[in-house]
Amino acid sequence: MTDISQTPDTTPVAKPKGSLFDKDARTKRRNAAEGRFKLYGIAAIGIGLLMLVVLVTKIVTAGTGAFQQSFLELSVELKEDKLDKKGNRNIEDIKKVSTFGYAPLISAALEAEVQKLGIQTDLKPKGMGKILSKATQADLRNYVIANPDEIGNTVSFRFLVNSRVDGYMKGRVTRESIANDKSISVPQLDLVDQLRDAGVLYKTFNPDFIFGSDASDQRPEAAGIGVSMLGSLFMMLVVLALALPIGVAASIYLEEFAPQNRLTDIIEVNISNLAAVPSIVFGILGLAVFINYMHLPTSAPLVGGLVLTLMTLPTIIISTRASLKAVPPSIRDAALGVGASKMQSVFHHVLPLAAPGILTGTIIGLAQALGETAPLLLIGMVGFIASNPPDGIVAGFLSPNSAMPAQIYEWSKRADPAFYERAWGGIIILLIFLVTMNTIAVILRRRFERRW
Amino acid sequence: MALSWLLLILLALAVIGYFAGRSRALASADGDARALHSLPSYYGYNVALTALIPALGILIIWLLAQPLIVENTVSGMIPDTAISEGSDRGLVMSEVRRVAYGLDGAIASGLLSEAQARNADADVQALTQSLKDAGQVLTQDISKPILLAAQKYRGITSTGSIAMQMAVLIVALVGAALAYIRTHKEFRARNVVEQGILALLLLAASIAILTTVGIVLSMLFETMNFFQLHSWKDFFLGSTWAPNFRGGSELSILPLLWGTLYISLVALLVAVPVGLFAAIYLSEYATGATRSIAKPLLEILAGIPTIVYGLFALLTVGPALVSLFGDGGALGLGWMASSNAVLTAGLVMGIMLIPFVSSLSDDIINAVPQSMRDGSLGLGATKSETVRQVVLPAALPGIVGAILLAASRAIGETMIVVMAAGAIAKFSGNPFEAMTTITTRIVSQLTGDTDFASPETLVAFALGLTLFIITLGLNIFALYIVRKYREQYE
Repeated sequence: MTDISQTPDTTPVAKPKGSLFDKDARTKRRNAAEGRFKLYGIAAIGIGLLMLVVLVTKIVTAGTGAFQQSFLELSVELKEDKLDKKGNRNIEDIKKVSTFGYAPLISAALEAEVQKLGIQTDLKPKGMGKILSKATQADLRNYVIANPDEIGNTVSFRFLVNSRVDGYMKGRVTRESIANDKSISVPQLDLVDQLRDAGVLYKTFNPDFIFGSDASDQRPEAAGIGVSMLGSLFMMLVVLALALPIGVAASIYLEEFAPQNRLTDIIEVNISNLAAVPSIVFGILGLAVFINYMHLPTSAPLVGGLVLTLMTLPTIIISTRASLKAVPPSIRDAALGVGASKMQSVFHHVLPLAAPGILTGTIIGLAQALGETAPLLLIGMVGFIASNPPDGIVAGFLSPNSAMPAQIYEWSKRADPAFYERAWGGIIILLIFLVTMNTIAVILRRRFERRW
Repeated sequence: MALSWLLLILLALAVIGYFAGRSRALASADGDARALHSLPSYYGYNVALTALIPALGILIIWLLAQPLIVENTVSGMIPDTAISEGSDRGLVMSEVRRVAYGLDGAIASGLLSEAQARNADADVQALTQSLKDAGQVLTQDISKPILLAAQKYRGITSTGSIAMQMAVLIVALVGAALAYIRTHKEFRARNVVEQGILALLLLAASIAILTTVGIVLSMLFETMNFFQLHSWKDFFLGSTWAPNFRGGSELSILPLLWGTLYISLVALLVAVPVGLFAAIYLSEYATGATRSIAKPLLEILAGIPTIVYGLFALLTVGPALVSLFGDGGALGLGWMASSNAVLTAGLVMGIMLIPFVSSLSDDIINAVPQSMRDGSLGLGATKSETVRQVVLPAALPGIVGAILLAASRAIGETMIVVMAAGAIAKFSGNPFEAMTTITTRIVSQLTGDTDFASPETLVAFALGLTLFIITLGLNIFALYIVRKYREQYE
């Protein structure tokens, strides 16, 4: 302000010659500055939105591939003399045949298919077999164990192909890019082309990615996020069961009962500070207290849930207090006026009216907890291969598991680029959950929010 | 008896207590609820809560304290001779625990009888073998003192848990009985119950304090252990970060702090101008419709989990920067060797912080009284002049506070730097080089096989404590500024 008043124009303003709408040089300059300033603002918002668009586009383009998988459909003869030598269909005897016992069957099936389709290739059967995933034998074995009656028959079975072949089908791997790649060769890709043209090798929706379990780093094509989704679910149950009641109780105390004293001040300062503590510090707390001191099992969703509870509590307390505050005092006065105690007025009248707001805050807190990764690194939920779904509810809380963001991080560290596609796909699933939760929160707020 | 059974019994006791208390109260008033001091259900709640709450309290305290007591007793009875060279008491204790759990597991699977497990003269080799047969994980063969300690450990633990169950049940029963006897129509049940609930509410509110105390204590103890093993001078004043699990590590926080601050600075250089201009545009220029679309869209950026930003940095921004600045890149500069770099992490963190800066500054700019704008516009200033010379100076303290909060976020951010910043600790001003941060090192020192007796692991707690203090300091300072500023215009 002072700038303007202290620097009067040294050059006396020329007598207006024409219309008032003719702008002099200084006005033009000022207006140009105004335009530029406004442009900076638009540019800033543009940059922010552009980043959002780039991020979302990247996630969608890189991740959708994970929901599709290439399969090779072959007719396999389940030879009785190989799989059930005694011929009595005893499940224990069938289980004795290891995955190696299934390899010749698959190899023979592939060879037969290639011959049947009249495909010319210089590859030996072993070389042909390399286009298949390392998981195929185990898959077939599981199928036979589940359906022992099929032994002796010829069944049509959908085999996973190697991640490189899958990448080739999706356009990620090209003939140029495999020059130094030992796991696939050009003749094999020729074979893949012909099998694809014949229609036995095709790409289709892959439910195993969503519901399946993680696989070792040799078999990206078999990896799924299902088991770690369960891990996240159990963690969220812990968070919900602890953070909601504790958070609501704490907010009720602070908002309705707390006297103005030192203790209340300390609590309030603590809550606002905890909201800003880096999440990794909560991980250190979890490691030191829950695992080293209390000897709770490492990598267990229970421990993850406890850590995330402590982390989400401030969020829930802050939003709950806001919605309690929004209930007008007249409600409390009316309840007190007809003889209710303070406690009754809160629990019978204020709390139900604040419930939608509390729920909204809780859902947002849960969404935050669902996407959090850093504390989970320290309590061992990363690096664990979530290969089996937990058996039973108690095991779900106590047996080691991963969680969705931890699983994504784990995939991002592995060497095979096929896992990156999995990681982006995992992010799509994670974001679908987050968007759903936030939408529910917004709808709740819109539907039940009350203006007093 | 498992914990879940104990809890079920307590719950059942509480439910029975509720109905017993209620009917006793009604009976004392000859079935006329109007003669009671409180509503009949309050008499029931009184009995139920008196049974439940003290018992649960004892249960929790006992569960927390027992491991500590058992640990101390057992570790006292391990002779120094049993601790081999290069090992220490902590490692031996974890072996003892493993053996004890192994014995439990073997008994549960029926391979050992309780008597065999308790036999102090048992053949150590045979026992090792049978534990291995039972599929229990043992790192080494059991030695005599370890076996004795493990048996003692099991003994104390099982006596302890029986004693705990007895204590909890007795307290619950006594509580229920006392409350039941006191139940009478003159008894002020509602007041008592409400007092109890108020205490519970206070307890819930105090968890915030407990968490802070837990954070500080857990890190403080391990940090003190660390400073006994490693000189504090090297930690605070050294110049090299070179952990070496064979000993002789140099563990100085300074290079890590430099990396952290440098990356945060890059992030703020991105986030502050963009966020601030976005806030100015949204609050001063944008129409209601634009604002209602652009603001939530920008805030989506704040709701995206950091793992997504980490992956974005690792797989998209990093390679893109290398293809611009790297060897044979589009600009032909050859400055950037790998996609892990200060710039990668800083840029992506900056994107993450844009909505944080913009929504905080937006609030602050909106808090500047309209009369100040009107005054300036009335004197003939243009809108941008008003913003630059009136609104921004008035909002400056608040904006500084917002920037400090964003800085504290950046310093404590983990996933982006873990995935995109690199692992090399050094003092360098080159933003195209990989550098490492405090949070990255905490993660790498505490994941995988950790040995809580080596300075290389314990240093993570010292780093964590430093990080906690830095971010806490920044937050308190920023909140103080913001609050002071808000008061100015209220």
